Amino acid sequence: MTIPPATTAPTPQGPPAAAPLTPADAADAARLVSFGLQPKLPPARDADYAALLRRYQEEPPFARVADAVAGGLGLVVLEVSPRAGMAVAAAEDSVFAVRMGEYARRTTAETTDRFLHGLAHLAVAALAFPRPADLADDDYLGRITVNGVESFVRHACERLAERAAERGENTDPASEEPGLEAAWRVYARRSATGATKDARRLAGSTTGIVGKAVAFLADSGFLHRVGDEQGGTYRTTPRYQLQVRELATTAALTELTELGLVPVSDGTGTLLPGDPDATDLADGAGLPFHR
Amino acid sequence: MPASASPAPRPAPGPAADEGLARRLRALACTAPLHDLDTRKANLAGEYARYAMAEVALAAIDLVTLAMDFDTGAEQEQVIARLLPRIAAQAPGRPVAEHRRVARWVVDNLINVGSVDRGFRAVYGTFGADGEYTRRDYDFKLIEEVQGPGGAVYLRTTDEAVNVLVGALDTDVTSAQIAAEVKLEVLVNRGRLADAQLAAEQARYRTVQYAETLRRTLDSTRRDVRAVDWLHTVPDMVDEALDHIADRYRHENAILTHIRHARDEAVDSEHKLRAAELVDIVRDCIRRHTQLQSRLLEAGPLFRAEQDRQAFAAPAARAGVDLYGQLLAPLLPTPVAGATRVTDAWFARGTGPRPPGAVRLTDLVEQLLTPPAPREHLGAELPEPDLVATPDDSRFSEAQLESATELLRLPPDAPRRLSGLLADARARDPELPHLIALLAAHAASPPVGTAYRQGERRLLFAVDDGTPLTDPDFGGADLVVGTALLDAAGMAAARTEETR
Repeated sequence: MTIPPATTAPTPQGPPAAAPLTPADAADAARLVSFGLQPKLPPARDADYAALLRRYQEEPPFARVADAVAGGLGLVVLEVSPRAGMAVAAAEDSVFAVRMGEYARRTTAETTDRFLHGLAHLAVAALAFPRPADLADDDYLGRITVNGVESFVRHACERLAERAAERGENTDPASEEPGLEAAWRVYARRSATGATKDARRLAGSTTGIVGKAVAFLADSGFLHRVGDEQGGTYRTTPRYQLQVRELATTAALTELTELGLVPVSDGTGTLLPGDPDATDLADGAGLPFHR
Repeated sequence: MPASASPAPRPAPGPAADEGLARRLRALACTAPLHDLDTRKANLAGEYARYAMAEVALAAIDLVTLAMDFDTGAEQEQVIARLLPRIAAQAPGRPVAEHRRVARWVVDNLINVGSVDRGFRAVYGTFGADGEYTRRDYDFKLIEEVQGPGGAVYLRTTDEAVNVLVGALDTDVTSAQIAAEVKLEVLVNRGRLADAQLAAEQARYRTVQYAETLRRTLDSTRRDVRAVDWLHTVPDMVDEALDHIADRYRHENAILTHIRHARDEAVDSEHKLRAAELVDIVRDCIRRHTQLQSRLLEAGPLFRAEQDRQAFAAPAARAGVDLYGQLLAPLLPTPVAGATRVTDAWFARGTGPRPPGAVRLTDLVEQLLTPPAPREHLGAELPEPDLVATPDDSRFSEAQLESATELLRLPPDAPRRLSGLLADARARDPELPHLIALLAAHAASPPVGTAYRQGERRLLFAVDDGTPLTDPDFGGADLVVGTALLDAAGMAAARTEETR
């Protein structure tokens, strides 16, 4: 049966937009945001949460209030869906943002440690979404292992070392200017693992640093631990994909561009897709390691 | 003034010569940690002057290099155990605990456990193209720790260490191996076996290095097929390596025949011993070649399997950002100061929100004043399981077994007759002789295999020398019962040799 052409929509039923919002609605909106701050809680597991999500999607005024609550708290709403729940991220300088110094204490004094911890997070994402399509595809679930990420980065560093050796470059940094040392050298220099007295991971080793990053991401509801093989096996959650796609990538690319490092037209970066040397790669090749 | 335009006279002839100098300086730096050991041993609390630390260190690098295989490296404890005889020989009068301490100290220092990178750094200077003198840091490792398949930590020697050890600095693997083996053949022909052994050992190190290159290639293939050039580089390398192995087989079998001949003909006992050692080394070389060959043959199928696994993916629905190609790869070659800005940005926007802890003063006061609840180390209380005691139907009690074991704990140099043991046992307990007789009969066929596998230190055995047993309760042979001491360390070494 089609819609009756002449009849107007019954006003009393109407869209709930007509009803004025009460403080109770604001409380509900805030409760939805607080659910969003518990990233390990999947919407399907909590009836209240699922109901609030439905309300967000069905009642635009309620959605606007929830957005406003999040915005006022210093949160950015990435997506609201049954799949990802109320996916919120901390805005810059928000009280919810994680500071590097709180994340790992050594990073305040040691610039190399600061870099390595950041790199570990970047590498986890790079391996979790190896192809550009993986990041774009909402249904994609990445799978990573701690040892896999570690050896992946180490391999990339080794490759750079080989290349530098082929060109006969002396990559040893000047002693007075440690900041000019190539980034890969910092990683390559750090040992991959190490024996400790109590059979735990050596925290300062690259495996330890990647392990910390992965454990932290798992604690943030971004990764889900599925096994113990290879130092810990994890799969990604929709939230992680959103965070990487919507926020992290843009922020990092902006910084990179400011360093003058994303050559789009001249193609000097040999590892960029679209480079003449890369034509033999399969379409959408995500890991362009090649000579 | 014509000279005003030319720069000040340079002490070094130019960057090209400087490069060679830099290479040699780096090579020199690799030996520094070894010299350093002998210098620093004076700082150790105790009398350590007798130990030649550099010698121990080189021996340790040897051990680790030889234990390196495709998958793992050497276990630290095993390396230390194998170093002990050499250290003990250096200072025979000192306690074993001190020997062990020296071994551990040397291995720890080769890893450089104290530093955060677990490596070494040397500073040297070079002249740049513009004639400017720059000091540079050279970072290197001698022994590194790697993750084994079971999550355990293994030791591997680095290329630097192998180069220092072999003494062939900055040389090509293939050519060095050919050179070493030609040398060996010449030496064997001339009968100079001591040198021949050295050359053979060098050849073996080279073989290990070769295998290591292949292992890395296969590893990266497993991670990402595109990481390795399977169009030209790897097939060429595999072909080359297979040719090479065929060649080496011929060579080494020839050498083996030669040395076997030398071994059997030699009259001088030391000559004979050396030749026998050499046979072992060459056999090991051949074994390693076989292993390399089987890996080479697996390489092709592995590539095809990985290609299927990795490349078979649905086409991209819409474009995303290539995290590796557009972020990580351009980032790695940049100076670390700039790269840190990018990783910081990633970290700031790539981590999820963390609710900060909000504390109310009243809660805090209450919490601080509450006496700590006793920690439940054992978790929740388990319900008392409903158990039915099984009747004890053992023939002998625990105390009896203990008594019998005590009787049979014989000193290794004084075996006893079964009849005497039975008489002793009868004096203790009328039931005990039965148990003693059973244990002695069991010891007539001692569980050597089990003791070997479990690394036991002593083993009870019984031998029948034909004397009949005269006893009111038991008949048969009056066995000679004794204790054999076993070489636990030797067996442990042999066990790992087998499993490899």
